[in-house]
Amino acid sequence: MADDTAREEDHEAENDGDVAAEPISDEVAAAVVARFPGSVFVESHGQPVVYVDRSVMADLAAMLRDEEQFTMLVDTAVVDHLLDGTRVAIPGVVAERFEVVVNFLSHTRNRRIRIVAEVPLADPTVPSLTPVYPGANFPERESFDLFGVTFEGHPDMTRILMPDDWVGHPLRKDDAAARVPVTFKGDPSPR
Amino acid sequence: MSDVVNNSMNEADNDAVAGNDAVAGNDAVAGNDAGNDAVSAAVIKEEARLERQTDEGAQQLRPRTREMVIAGGGMWPDDELGDTMIINMGPQHPSTHGVLRLMMELDGEDVLQIKPVIGYLHTGMEKTGEELTYVQGTTNVTRMDYASNFANELVYSMAVERLLDVEVPERATWIRMLMCELSRIASHLLFQATNGMDMGAVSMLLYGWREREEVLRVFEMITGLRMNCNYIRPGGVAADLPDGWEQRILDVCELVAAGVSDYDEMLTQNPIWLERTVGLGVITTEQCLELSITGPILRSTGFAWDLRKAQPYLAYDQVEFDTIYTSNGDVFDRYRIRLYEILESIKIVRQCVEKMPAGDYRVQDKKLTPPPRARIDESMEALIHHFKLFTEGFKVPAGETYVPIESPRGEIGCYMVSDGSAKPVRMHIRGPSFYNLQSIGPMGSDSLVADAVAIVSSIDPILGEVDR
Repeated sequence: MADDTAREEDHEAENDGDVAAEPISDEVAAAVVARFPGSVFVESHGQPVVYVDRSVMADLAAMLRDEEQFTMLVDTAVVDHLLDGTRVAIPGVVAERFEVVVNFLSHTRNRRIRIVAEVPLADPTVPSLTPVYPGANFPERESFDLFGVTFEGHPDMTRILMPDDWVGHPLRKDDAAARVPVTFKGDPSPR
Repeated sequence: MSDVVNNSMNEADNDAVAGNDAVAGNDAVAGNDAGNDAVSAAVIKEEARLERQTDEGAQQLRPRTREMVIAGGGMWPDDELGDTMIINMGPQHPSTHGVLRLMMELDGEDVLQIKPVIGYLHTGMEKTGEELTYVQGTTNVTRMDYASNFANELVYSMAVERLLDVEVPERATWIRMLMCELSRIASHLLFQATNGMDMGAVSMLLYGWREREEVLRVFEMITGLRMNCNYIRPGGVAADLPDGWEQRILDVCELVAAGVSDYDEMLTQNPIWLERTVGLGVITTEQCLELSITGPILRSTGFAWDLRKAQPYLAYDQVEFDTIYTSNGDVFDRYRIRLYEILESIKIVRQCVEKMPAGDYRVQDKKLTPPPRARIDESMEALIHHFKLFTEGFKVPAGETYVPIESPRGEIGCYMVSDGSAKPVRMHIRGPSFYNLQSIGPMGSDSLVADAVAIVSSIDPILGEVDR
């Protein structure tokens, strides 16, 4: 665990001063940061991660696809940081409750990049990437279903895993597990 | 013709289409003006049809591609001409591989469009993953893709190890690779069995199951369980390989190889099989890439992408094997790829048997892996470590990471976020079947109902992983 503290200190040292002044080791991340000011590059366990403002997500995806040969949107996930007490603070990023995390893969250049956007509870919306990468259709519906983050511009923003009449978004930290009461034989129906 | 116009006229009246000042009774004769109105009404009606809402959201129906031919001049069914209908296949249907429901827009027996409806097997495993410690987590993920559980366990363990910055011993790496390849063999045999059954080759079900059972017996010998083995764990594997494993595995390899050559003989040259599969459910590389489709489906389009080769993990860079790919992107090619991948996996398994290094099967870190059973009887410290590990688990430093590997179905990934406690804040599995299901759209359009079954089967979805 001692190693890890050392690594975190490294991060802090890297990001303490002017963020842009430090050379960015990943060329794609450097291009993203240059194009979209305010983006913050972090290396997370050897993987390039860029924290961006959520409003640029669609433009960023188009840039990755058209200019940087990122052929595939591999994965979309949402993280709820409500109960995350010891969250790693990233200098230059205003931490919000939700994080939308999108992994991209370039087959031609054989490299990956991860884009993270902070999303507040008050306005849980993100531009949809489905118009740029149609493969984001299902995962964005899943994120909407389980976290209640709306992807604007998605062609079919409906629930995908939970029943249509479900109330709430189960993977949020304040959505209690097993909220549906257990029923026994002879009990009145919960519905 | 007059029937049509009359029908449309009635509709026009009912919908009170603008500008029609004619009183146009119900029995109005089809004049020129009325004809024009009927056409515009038909256009409006077509637009309304295309925007039809169901309880599953907008269906975005497609414009009709062909005129329906009606025998005898009458209307059948008692509906407007050539309307399409939406039919549900599943969720309980023997050929939907679990509980998958397909909404199919049909024009007669032609499928215009397919939309998969999922969620019937949703058990909140990602939520469960947040409630379990890292020690318990593999028990949970192993139940996601139940046909190739080792891939799930491996991707979870690798994510935890990357957050911990732990290197596993060489022997553990090779055991993991051995088990993953055996798992790939079992999974592809399962595919051969169910795929055969879906297309009416019922004997394939028996043959595929027969060989798969032998592989599962090896799992039972090594891990104690046939399925959901929970064998690969953070820090290594649960137990060392038992005595006599080499011969047992080599015997099974021989058996499976003989089986594969049987299937090859029975199906690959079989004119009925070819008729049923060639040119069916075609998908292109571009469609695959934009729909995030990986694995055998992507490789069947002529795109040789395999994470074991492209971004090697474990010791895949130290073994010899080939990436199987074909160029037609149809059902037949996906069958062929999975068949020949079994042979490549056998190659890797044989090399694992040959090159298996000596050493430890897990990290010797008492905070991370349990002490040997015998030590607990003689050492108080070992007992404490054992107790603490299984009650509290171990703490993982705060951070986040994404680990991708190649499962039999494509890229399986684990995105894990830790806050420094013994349970993850978020444990997200990128299930390849979930993404691959999106290929039903382009593959299934303009096929026949009977072919839809073959197409779904060729995607090889595991619904436990789709719904998680």
